[in-house]
Amino acid sequence: MLQLLWLIPVLPFAGFLILALFGGRMRKSAVAAVGVGSVGLAALVSLVVAAGFLLSAQNPSARVYTQYIWTWINIGAFKPGIFLYLDALSLVMVLVVTVVGFFIHLYSAQFMEESEGYGRFFAYMNLFVGSMLILVLSGNLLLLYLGWEGVGLCSYLLIGFWYKEPENGSAAIKAFVVTRVGDTALAIGLFLIFLNLGSLDIQTLMGTAALKWRIGGELPTLAAALILGGAVGKSAQLPLQTWLPDAMAGPTPVSALIHAATMVTAGVYLIARTHVLFSMAPRVELAVGIIGAATLLISSMSALVQHDIKRVLAYSTISQIGYMFLALGVGAWSAAIFHLVTHAFFKALLFLGAGAVIAGFGGEHDMFKMGGVRKQSPFVFWTFLAGACSLSALPLVTAGFYSKGMILFGAWQSRQAGFWLWAAGLTGAFLTSIYTFRMVFITFFGEARTAMAKKPDIREAVPLVVLAFLAVVGGFIGLPRFLGIRSLSITGFLSAVLPSSAQMEGQKETELLLETVASIISLAGIYVAYFFWLSAPEYSREIAQSRAGKTIRRFLFSGWGFDWLYGKLFVAPYKWVARVSRNDVIDVAYSFIAGVNRFFHYGLSMTQTGRVRFYAAAIALGAAVTITIAVLAR
Amino acid sequence: MILAWLIITPFAGGVLAWTLARGRGLLGGLASRWVSMIALAIDLLLVVRLWANYYGALGTGAFSLSGISLPYGKWLKELAVPWIPQAGISIHLAMDGLSLLLVTLTVVLGMVSVAASWSEIKDRVGFFHFNLLWTLSGILGVFLALDLFLFYFFWEMMLVPMYFLIAVWGHERRLYASVKFFIFTQVSGLFMLLSILGLFFVHGAQTGVYTFDYLGLLGTRLAPDTAFWLMLGFFIAFAVKLPAVPVHSWLPDAHTEAPTAGSVILAGLLLKTGAYGLLRFAVPLFPQASVSFAPAAMALGVISILYGAVLAYGQTDFKRLVADTSISHMGFVLLGIYAWNGIALQGTVMQMLCHGISTGMLFVLAGSIQERIHTRDMRRMGRFWEKVPVMGGVGMLFALASLGLPGLGNFVGEFLVLLGAFRASPVMAVIASLGLVVSTVYALWMVQQVFHGQPREEHALLPDLYPREKGIAAAMIILIVWLGLYPQPVINAARPALENLQKVRAAVLRQTQAEGNNPEREGSNGLR
Repeated sequence: MLQLLWLIPVLPFAGFLILALFGGRMRKSAVAAVGVGSVGLAALVSLVVAAGFLLSAQNPSARVYTQYIWTWINIGAFKPGIFLYLDALSLVMVLVVTVVGFFIHLYSAQFMEESEGYGRFFAYMNLFVGSMLILVLSGNLLLLYLGWEGVGLCSYLLIGFWYKEPENGSAAIKAFVVTRVGDTALAIGLFLIFLNLGSLDIQTLMGTAALKWRIGGELPTLAAALILGGAVGKSAQLPLQTWLPDAMAGPTPVSALIHAATMVTAGVYLIARTHVLFSMAPRVELAVGIIGAATLLISSMSALVQHDIKRVLAYSTISQIGYMFLALGVGAWSAAIFHLVTHAFFKALLFLGAGAVIAGFGGEHDMFKMGGVRKQSPFVFWTFLAGACSLSALPLVTAGFYSKGMILFGAWQSRQAGFWLWAAGLTGAFLTSIYTFRMVFITFFGEARTAMAKKPDIREAVPLVVLAFLAVVGGFIGLPRFLGIRSLSITGFLSAVLPSSAQMEGQKETELLLETVASIISLAGIYVAYFFWLSAPEYSREIAQSRAGKTIRRFLFSGWGFDWLYGKLFVAPYKWVARVSRNDVIDVAYSFIAGVNRFFHYGLSMTQTGRVRFYAAAIALGAAVTITIAVLAR
Repeated sequence: MILAWLIITPFAGGVLAWTLARGRGLLGGLASRWVSMIALAIDLLLVVRLWANYYGALGTGAFSLSGISLPYGKWLKELAVPWIPQAGISIHLAMDGLSLLLVTLTVVLGMVSVAASWSEIKDRVGFFHFNLLWTLSGILGVFLALDLFLFYFFWEMMLVPMYFLIAVWGHERRLYASVKFFIFTQVSGLFMLLSILGLFFVHGAQTGVYTFDYLGLLGTRLAPDTAFWLMLGFFIAFAVKLPAVPVHSWLPDAHTEAPTAGSVILAGLLLKTGAYGLLRFAVPLFPQASVSFAPAAMALGVISILYGAVLAYGQTDFKRLVADTSISHMGFVLLGIYAWNGIALQGTVMQMLCHGISTGMLFVLAGSIQERIHTRDMRRMGRFWEKVPVMGGVGMLFALASLGLPGLGNFVGEFLVLLGAFRASPVMAVIASLGLVVSTVYALWMVQQVFHGQPREEHALLPDLYPREKGIAAAMIILIVWLGLYPQPVINAARPALENLQKVRAAVLRQTQAEGNNPEREGSNGLR
């Protein structure tokens, strides 16, 4: 059954090809059949492969299956192959991508029906899924890079999907360019790794690195730092996080699939995939944790003041990926992947729910113009609430609780700045519940300011229900040890690929205590949100109206002024240089030479007057000068 | 003889196309188009035959020349006929994998440019095709000549008809552009001629054998100073053609003002002759001087990469933007050549081919747009996707090729060049990598200006690509994707040729070191 592996990425690519070539002439139902069907088939094949993977081995955790397809480039020593590498980690990723991807495609079949470019939309979406699968299945960093750039391309294409609005175009370009900065760092990392380790095959290079490099040395530090550069770009972490809020210009299913569930977590996957390098570079690893902590705080504060429901979710995504980075930074690799999985469920759900609300209000994004959705569409409300609870890590009954708890526990146990990282994570958890339920209360409670026009049909409802279910029960694959049996958990499953660091083996009592604290914090956050936005909104209004409140609000609203700063530091100077050199400064030198020539040309041609008297005088003068020189020179 | 036929066919085709068209109006024009197409098709058949015969047996083997043993590989095909034996000049043509690849590119892009001019050129059609085919014939000669005199002959031969192509069928500022093009290439060509003569005489004085033959001149013993100046003469000529900053400024004007076919040939082929010259002549003939010159040349490459990208971003003229990207892309070629290791050289060859295809196609698109709306000003475009989705898709794809998206050929070229350059000089490679970011900026900006956003002017008549244009696009897409996903045939074809060049350079270096260092070593303070 594992032999079917190659089909998983090929199916969406085939869908893309069909839609790209014939999509314009196909009926909408046919487009949807191809677009949704190809990903659905890929999901089915993944399930079959997963079954094969789990059943046919004694210890599935340590199982590896590779499939060699062809040699991409072969130049002597440099011989990157196109080959797929399936282990526990990539299997988890494949399942997330195809299953969540399928439900989002299904949802899109209704959501995008009114929009023009139906075929183009599904073509891009399929291309995205295919590239993402290449990314997670690649056994080789160069092929991974192909997938990496491929998903970046699709992100660009889909953010700018409604290409008629220039703003969408700039958001798309911004996303591509900012992530490309990170990609370039990653590419340089690839050069460094290949030239020092002699291979881009991930397992080989990690093995060689462990033998050749010493922990904390210059080379592993550089290599890990460069990979981290790629990861922060793709995963929208500090300092390259600025593109993600603007990326919300794309259709909502795109935000759900690319900018929440899959692509933006590619950075987390990449670091987990190359974790050996990070283990050998403790300083970079610490930097990963600090970046994660700082990002999650900064962006959850920004999420607190947004009006646009999608922007709240965007900042929330940045912040949740911050948690994953925090986990990676303390060596809790499997906790990061666990949170990646649960986040894929609940954040995709929240985006799809938000999409249903936005569509219901005729494209309105401003939460303050919504309200009362709870009564108008209880179905959307309850599914959205499931996602919101999971995001706020509501104790015991949500997936987010277990994954976030595992991260906080890992942070606590870590030797490197453990307490501070834990405290940052806890503060973030508090902020998360506040902004999440602020969003819920403003959007779903209170008086309906406008009536909802459109309700989801079956194609939208099924994904919402399934994802809501997963957002609730998805956490049971990673119960804490005081509740569950470790070997059955995701940590156990990933343990061969991502050996849990020693720090995870702490006291059960500590774990219980930490979970309790986190639970209280989460509930407290919900209460704060209830107080300020439902029970006594006048307080929140008053704070917002005060002078200090206004300044802080503006600062947070703009995402801490990063756009402004980068605009001044990079964009404006680059535009200035481009404007100045538009007519090519260097060409001025040549024009000068040409000008001098022309000057003499005209000067000399003026002497050609046709008057004999002038010629005679000139000859006489010339003769006199020549003779003088000849005489003097003697 | 097949090599001679490759050159003669377009040469004769050009004459025939002109004679047929004279005084026969539209019909004559059509005849000259078909004659050109057929001439190139014959060349294509010859190329296919060469591939079929030699792909399996891309040569190895060795022979010795001019006293020192050079492990120079067997040629796939060789032709040597005395021309002016008194001066040591012969018609010496030879083909290895490198020439084969570039000859293939020449023929393919030649057909593309004939097809692209099908409806664009209406005036003096016969003379147009005459110039087009003669330029191609000159380019083929450059890629095949092994006699320096013959090489210079072809070098000039491609220049003059190209000048006419720009000056007669160009756009608004065609005279300025064509004169500028002519002066730049001609002046730099004269430097090369001086160097060729210098080398000829030095070699003759040394060995008593006066010859222009490349194989004879390889390994000529030169004093470091002499070698440097002679090398510089070659380098200037090739750098102008390439072009490298700061001798690039003829390019944007020439490319912009040339008719579509002219731009395709300029960007796709003429620039490659500069790179080919560096690979085949400048470095192997003067290895020692090239080693010391390499840092400067690589720096010029890096500057070209970044400066070209900045220039491109600033443009409002579609064609000029594409033209400026050529400076950037050819900077990678220069960087790769002077990094001179197996990976970088393979990257250079890939980059040359892929740049020819991707930029060629972008020029074809620029031509299509200009034919439809009679402007190249991007400020008068916008939201074309709505009306011409096929053109939009093709434009997007080649913009992506231009920014080096993996899966398309240009990525392989750029990645290999950077990887090889990183081995030679990490600092240069890191700075050059910024090219990946700035190329994204101009490529996406171009797409945004032309195909997305607001329509800034209404164009009533804007038909999508015609079948002929679709055919060109389809062929180019297949090529660029193929090269992106399975570049191995190209790599295999280029490998022996590149290895030979590397071996020649290494052998000469060894020999110079052995000769130059021995007395020095003995004379120094006896450390050893």
